Amino acid sequence: MSGGVDSAVAAARAVEAGHDVTGVHLALSKNPQTYRTGARGCCTIEDSRDARRAADVIGIPFYVWDMAERFHEDVVEDFYAEYAAGRTPNPCLRCNEKIKFAAVLDRALALGFDAVVTGHYARKGEDGLLRRAVDPGKDQSYVLAVLTPAQLTGSLFPLGDTPKDQVRVEAETRGLAVAKKPDSHDICFIADGDTSGFLKNKLGTKEGEIVDAASGEVLGSHDGSHQFTIGQRHGLGLKRPAADGKPRYVLSITPVDNRVEVGPREALRVDRIRTGKPVWLAAERTAPFEAEIQLRAHGEVYPATVTPDDGGLTAKLHKPAFGVAAGQALVVYEPSPEGDAVLASGTIDSTQAYASAGVGDGAPAEATGA
Amino acid sequence: MAYLDHAATTPMLPQALDAYVRTARALGNASSLHGSGRAARRTVEEARERIAEALGAKPGEVIFTGSGTEADNLAVKGIHWHRRSEGRGRVITTAIEHHAVADAVAWLGDHERADVTELPVDKLGRVDTGVLAELLDERGAEITVLTCMWANNEVGTLQPIAEIAELAAAHGIPVHTDAIQAVGHVPVDFAASGAAALALSGHKLGGPTGTGALLLRRDVKAVPLLHGGGQEREIRSGTLDVPGIAALAEAVTHAVRTQQTESQRLALLRDDLVDRIRETIPEAIYNGDPESRLPGNAHFSFPGCEGDALLMLLDAAGVECATGSACSAGIAQPSHVLLAMGAEADDARSSLRFTLGWPTTRAEIDALVAALPEAVKRAKTAGLS
Repeated sequence: MSGGVDSAVAAARAVEAGHDVTGVHLALSKNPQTYRTGARGCCTIEDSRDARRAADVIGIPFYVWDMAERFHEDVVEDFYAEYAAGRTPNPCLRCNEKIKFAAVLDRALALGFDAVVTGHYARKGEDGLLRRAVDPGKDQSYVLAVLTPAQLTGSLFPLGDTPKDQVRVEAETRGLAVAKKPDSHDICFIADGDTSGFLKNKLGTKEGEIVDAASGEVLGSHDGSHQFTIGQRHGLGLKRPAADGKPRYVLSITPVDNRVEVGPREALRVDRIRTGKPVWLAAERTAPFEAEIQLRAHGEVYPATVTPDDGGLTAKLHKPAFGVAAGQALVVYEPSPEGDAVLASGTIDSTQAYASAGVGDGAPAEATGA
Repeated sequence: MAYLDHAATTPMLPQALDAYVRTARALGNASSLHGSGRAARRTVEEARERIAEALGAKPGEVIFTGSGTEADNLAVKGIHWHRRSEGRGRVITTAIEHHAVADAVAWLGDHERADVTELPVDKLGRVDTGVLAELLDERGAEITVLTCMWANNEVGTLQPIAEIAELAAAHGIPVHTDAIQAVGHVPVDFAASGAAALALSGHKLGGPTGTGALLLRRDVKAVPLLHGGGQEREIRSGTLDVPGIAALAEAVTHAVRTQQTESQRLALLRDDLVDRIRETIPEAIYNGDPESRLPGNAHFSFPGCEGDALLMLLDAAGVECATGSACSAGIAQPSHVLLAMGAEADDARSSLRFTLGWPTTRAEIDALVAALPEAVKRAKTAGLS
C-alpha cells in the first residue's frame, strides 16, 4: 500500500473478495525524509501514514516492510548503471521485477501468505495471461510484463476491470481519505523530479562534445553523456540552429567517448529492434509470428513480425518508430477483445533503420546501448 | 489475546483509574488562591508526598512533568546548562540509553557544543564502572552531568547506579538516572541511590500516559525547558494536571507497595517463559543479564529470523510483543543496545522483547509458547531480507 488511492481500493476489494488481507507499505529509503516531495514521489512518511489510515478504514492489519537495501541495490544502482552505460532504464519496471513481485512476494509466501495484491491497472485472464486494463489511459501491463509466470501466479490486480475515475468514486464511497490524492508521477526516488541533477550528483560531470551525426561537426558541449536519452530534444543547449532550421534530437550516446550525437528526427527512425533474452508470459514460441509491440509505458503500439531465437527477440516493425532507447522494455502483445495479452517482454539492446535517413554514409544505422 | 508488551505501556491500575476519574470531576487550578484552587493544590501536594514517601525522596524533590521523556530532557539538558562553564562542558552517557536520554545528549553535542562521552557496556548490557572510574580521574573537572539508566528498556539489565553515583560524587558530579522501567518493578530508593536526578513515567507502572516526574535533589539546580508560570520549583512551568498527578501517585504507591510480591510472581512467569522458549526453540539466544534484570523482561534473538516478521506473525496469532528496536517511520534499525552489547547486526535484527505486567497471566505465556514455533519456522523461511 503506497499511500495512494489505487492500492487502497485494491486492498478493500481483496477483503471483500473474501481474502485474509494484511496491508504492507514498503519503506524504500533508509531515510524517508530525503525522498520527501510535493506531488512527486510515493514513499514519504506522509504516504506511509496515508496507507496506514486506509488500512484502518478497511479494517486490516498494517505493517511497514523495510525494503530499502534491496531497492537501493536492485533499482537505484541499476538506474545509475544503465544511464552510465548510455541506456535509458525504467525503474518502475525494475521495481516490479525485483522488489514488489520478487522480494516482497517471496517474503509473503514464506510467511504464509498466498499472493501479493497491488493497485496496478492490468487484468489476469482465466487463462492466466496478463492482459491490458479496461482503462487504456491507466493500463500498466507494460510495467508488469517483466514478471515471470510464477510471479504472475502469485499476484492479484483487482483494479484491472475498472476505469480510474470509478476507482476514485469507489474510494470516496468507502470513506478512504486518499480518494482525491493526486496520482504520483515521475520516479519515486528522485524527490524534485530533476533526473539530470540526480545523475550528476552520483555520476559526476565530465565535459564532452555534442556532435552532428551526419557531418561530424562539433555543435556544442555537455557535462556528462549519462544525462541524455535517445530521442531527447530539449536541454541540448545548442547555440546555433541546424542549417535546415529543424530541431535536432539525440541519436546516439557513447559513454566510453562521452560523446552525444544529434541529428534530425528522421534519423531516429527505427524499423528493427533487438532485445536480450525475453521473459515469456504465454507459451514460448520458436517460429516468427505477427504481434503488436509496445516500447515504452503508455507509448504507441506497433504491428510487427517478431522472431525469437536463442539470444532474444527481433521485431520487424510494419510502421517505423522514432527515438527508441536501449534499456527500455519491448513488450509483445497479442491483440484481443478481452484485453490484449502479454506474450513476452525483453530489454531493448539495439535498434536499426532500413533506410538511414541522413545519418553517416547511408549504411543501416545501428544504435547500440551497451 | 496475549499482551506481552508491558514495557511499552501497561494498563492503568483500577485504583489509579478511579483516582483519575474522581479527581477529574473536581474543579480547580492548583495555582488558584480560592477554595477550589486550594482543594486542587491539596490533591497535588498529597500526591507529591506519597510519591516522595514511596521512592525515598523528599516532597520538595518531586517535579511533575508531562512524560518520562520530558523528565529525562529536563534533567540532562537542565543540569548540563546550569553547570556548564569555561572548561566544563562534557556529558557522560552510556551506549544503551533510551532515546529520551540518548537523543537529548546527542542534541547537546550537535547544537550546544557539548562534548559527549559514551560509556561502554559488557555482553550482559552492564555499564563498565572501571572505564567510568578512569574517565572520572582523567576528565572529572570537565563533566557537567553523568546520565545512566537504572534498568534497560530493551534487555532489562539493571545498572549499578549506587556504585556509579558514588564514583561520580567523589568528583562532585551529579548523576541522572532514567528509572522509567525500574520504578515499581525493582526497589528504588532515591536518597539511598545517591543520584541527583531520577526520571519516572506514569504509564509504565499503571498510571496514566502523559504523566511523569523528575526527582531532583534540592541542592541540584536545573535550567528549565519550559518557561511560564513557574509552577514546579520554577523549573517546570505549566498548569498542574491534578487528576493525572493524583492517579500517578495512586499507581506509584500501589506499585511500590506490592513490588516485592508482584516481582516474584512476574519473575516466576518470566522464568517459565524463558525455559519454555529455550526448550521449543533451542537456537534462541537469551539476551541481557540472566540474574540482575527486570522481573518482567525476557529478550531473545532468533537467529535467521527477522524480528519484524516474527512480530507480524505473532500479532496475527493474537500475541503482542515488541522487536525492541527503535523504529523510525517503520524502518527497523538494528537495536543500538544489542550492538553495544557486542551482538552481530543480524542477531540484533532478529530479536523480540516480551515484557510482563500486573495483568499478565499464565495463559498468555501459554499462548506465546504455542504460537512461537510456527512463527519462527515461517520467519526463518523468509530469512533476513
